[in-house]
Amino acid sequence: MNDDGAWVLRACGLRKEYGKGEGLVRAVDEVDLDVASGETVAVMGPSGCGKSTLLHLLGGLDRASGGELWLDGQRIDQLGERALARLRRDKIGFIFQAFHLMDELTAAENVELPALLAGRSARSARRRAAELLDRVGLADRAGHLPSQLSGGQRQRVAIARALVSDPQLVLADEPTGNLDSQATVEVLRMFEDLHSSGQTLLVVTHDSRIAATADRLISMRDGAFVDETRLTGGSSGDLGSLAGLNGLTE
Amino acid sequence: MGKIRLVGRLVGRDLRRRPGPALLLVLAITAATATLTLGLVLHGVTSQPYQQTRAATYGPDVVALISGESGLSPARAAAEVRTLTHAAGVTGYSGPFPVASAVLRFRGLAEGVAAEGRPEAPASVDRPKVLAGTWVRPGGIVLERTFAEALGVGVGGRVTLDGRPYRVAGIAVTAAVVPYPNMCGPAYGCVFDLPGPNNFNPGLAWVTEPDARSLASAHAPLSYLLNLKLKDPATAPAFASEHRPPPVANSPVLPWQTLQAGYGLEVHAEQTVLTPAAWLAGLLAIASVAVLAGGRMAERTRRVGLLKAVGGTPGTVAVVLLAENLVLALAAAAAGLAIGRLVGPLLASPGAALVGTPGAPAFSLSIVGLVVAVALVVALASTLVPAIRAARTSTVSALADSARRPRRHGVLIRLSRRLPVPLLLGMRLIARRPRRALLSTASVAVTAGGIVAVLAFHTTVHLNAATLSNGLGNPMIDRDEQMLTVLTVVLVALAILNAICAAWTTVLDARHSSALARALGATPEQVTAGIAAAQVLPAAPGVLLGIPLGIGLYAVAVQGIGIIIPSVWWLAAAVLGTLAAVAVLAAIPALADARRPVSPILQSETA
Repeated sequence: MNDDGAWVLRACGLRKEYGKGEGLVRAVDEVDLDVASGETVAVMGPSGCGKSTLLHLLGGLDRASGGELWLDGQRIDQLGERALARLRRDKIGFIFQAFHLMDELTAAENVELPALLAGRSARSARRRAAELLDRVGLADRAGHLPSQLSGGQRQRVAIARALVSDPQLVLADEPTGNLDSQATVEVLRMFEDLHSSGQTLLVVTHDSRIAATADRLISMRDGAFVDETRLTGGSSGDLGSLAGLNGLTE
Repeated sequence: MGKIRLVGRLVGRDLRRRPGPALLLVLAITAATATLTLGLVLHGVTSQPYQQTRAATYGPDVVALISGESGLSPARAAAEVRTLTHAAGVTGYSGPFPVASAVLRFRGLAEGVAAEGRPEAPASVDRPKVLAGTWVRPGGIVLERTFAEALGVGVGGRVTLDGRPYRVAGIAVTAAVVPYPNMCGPAYGCVFDLPGPNNFNPGLAWVTEPDARSLASAHAPLSYLLNLKLKDPATAPAFASEHRPPPVANSPVLPWQTLQAGYGLEVHAEQTVLTPAAWLAGLLAIASVAVLAGGRMAERTRRVGLLKAVGGTPGTVAVVLLAENLVLALAAAAAGLAIGRLVGPLLASPGAALVGTPGAPAFSLSIVGLVVAVALVVALASTLVPAIRAARTSTVSALADSARRPRRHGVLIRLSRRLPVPLLLGMRLIARRPRRALLSTASVAVTAGGIVAVLAFHTTVHLNAATLSNGLGNPMIDRDEQMLTVLTVVLVALAILNAICAAWTTVLDARHSSALARALGATPEQVTAGIAAAQVLPAAPGVLLGIPLGIGLYAVAVQGIGIIIPSVWWLAAAVLGTLAAVAVLAAIPALADARRPVSPILQSETA
């Protein structure tokens, strides 16, 4: 829990710059952001606006050029690589557009990997992986390789992997970007489930249906936040209706 | 023409874009070709310098000796040996010259010496070539070159023969006697079976005839040496057989071919070891090149996709990839030949007893052709399959950089779950590319085998040095050490190169999975240790296999005679040292890669 008991993630004046002089590019430009515990935040914007870069900065996968970043009351933008790795292992779960599953590992082996890296016993890691695969509806696919799974199933395996260490924050980068309509619906159901279970979630997406599941929608352009909308009711609310998501969670 | 220019341009651009891997490839092939060149150059080193020396010194075709221990009076001994001058086929002779057995002392060193009495005027057969100073004169002694080197004495130095002072008047070489310390050899017995103490493998010196006679005593009577020229030098062995056994005991009759073999002892050790060493180096180079070529191909998958996307045919793609490695192989062959050409004479030069530069004449067009051909075949053999595979890869999957999917080795993956994180990561890297792990095992086995063989050879040399130790330097042992140093440097350099290549290729191949592991919580240190473990785990059986391999190799090299196994401590040091070196060498590229931020890798590559 953070010091004021309200937010899990806080960014103040976060910047990411490439090049210098006339070639300077501000991929992320003075972003301020607070994400409260249990909140789902969606960041939308056109391609190349800096959404993914922002997500990688927030997850400690990349280094910011400036600004401050706090997670669970701890300033993390000045941490070393080892401390960042431990932070990712214990407090953050990632979901990628390209799934990033290891091709040579089965679904269960992919899901249990973060737990094994965290030093949990093989038995405990496998038990947790089985629980999560059951939760995402893939208990019968535990022994399948990623190449034997559909796109939606792969992303559900990736979601299970993101949750294996019970992270305080899940960061999702275009989670439906590589999926067809049917698979998108499968993943949307998972996000609804996560939202309703109180999981803190930050999603960058092009997909208005995913955004509609959020509590808050932030628009991003040229590396900066340009608009913020508080939504109510998630997929069952007004925006959810507009996006055609009513009934998804029924 | 346009196509050739296009291929040339693509090859040139690619080499400029990625100079590091290209340099590694050149180094690997250079090391192999340099060793091969050395082996080939030394192979011909014994005959030509001896012939040069024979020509320069009017060398005899047959040398005959009557030992002082024959029991004959000096006059009778000289008369007996002189009878050979009337034998059929003899066209000229010099001698018989009196040879005294004495002890030479110089600065506390003592060694037996055969002091051959010579007139001050040059003889018609066997005129030792004076390389420094002058020929014999009263009170002046001329020393055979390797003997002088072993003593560390030069022209003007003062020595004693049986306590009598002499000044070193000159240093000379001859083709009539095998140089120090090989006057006695298994093939020819002792050229001078001299009476008295200190007569085993003595040195050779020339003094005036009166000085030689004055050195004789009842305990050490004079021997007599006769040099013969035959009408047909090729018949010398038959002539020697016909006149053997000589009329009296301990009196050899030696054809020049036997003396030439004795000269060969100078570089015999180098030859026995260099040939297998060249093979070892070749195997290591092939392993390095195979790993490098595979790694470079994997690295260029996307480039292959781009080439095909803009209209390159599979044939063009294969030609570009092949041409690049063949160009590098040619450059490496040239470098290897140059190194072999430069180092060869250093190893053979001792020919201290020989005239000229022994290594140089053996360097021929056939050697150049063979070395270049080997380099090209090595490059071709290791590149052909990856090049064809790349040419056949579909354009889409090449563009997606996903041409080489990892393998799944379920047993290793399940086993790794129970291991600490670095071993878990390491074992899973092995499970992804089991064939590469096998190649690592094989190359480490070859390296360790080479090191163990060198150790065995080293132990033998030292034991021989200890056995023969009389305080004098031994040119053969010095040269053996010199050769061992060169061989060790070549082997270790190749092994280092091999380890770096294997680690670098693993790092490249595992870049995505390592980045993903880091994104999921593995620390950079754990990932680095994992890559090191992926090299050390297959290296461990390799290094253990290397011990019997090395001892077997050494046994083959010495033809099973006098096999000496290095001590357990040396073997343990070799095993642990090799594994430590593999771990450190693997950790260097892994650590460098672990410093790269995770984000760009995950964004640029797909699983």
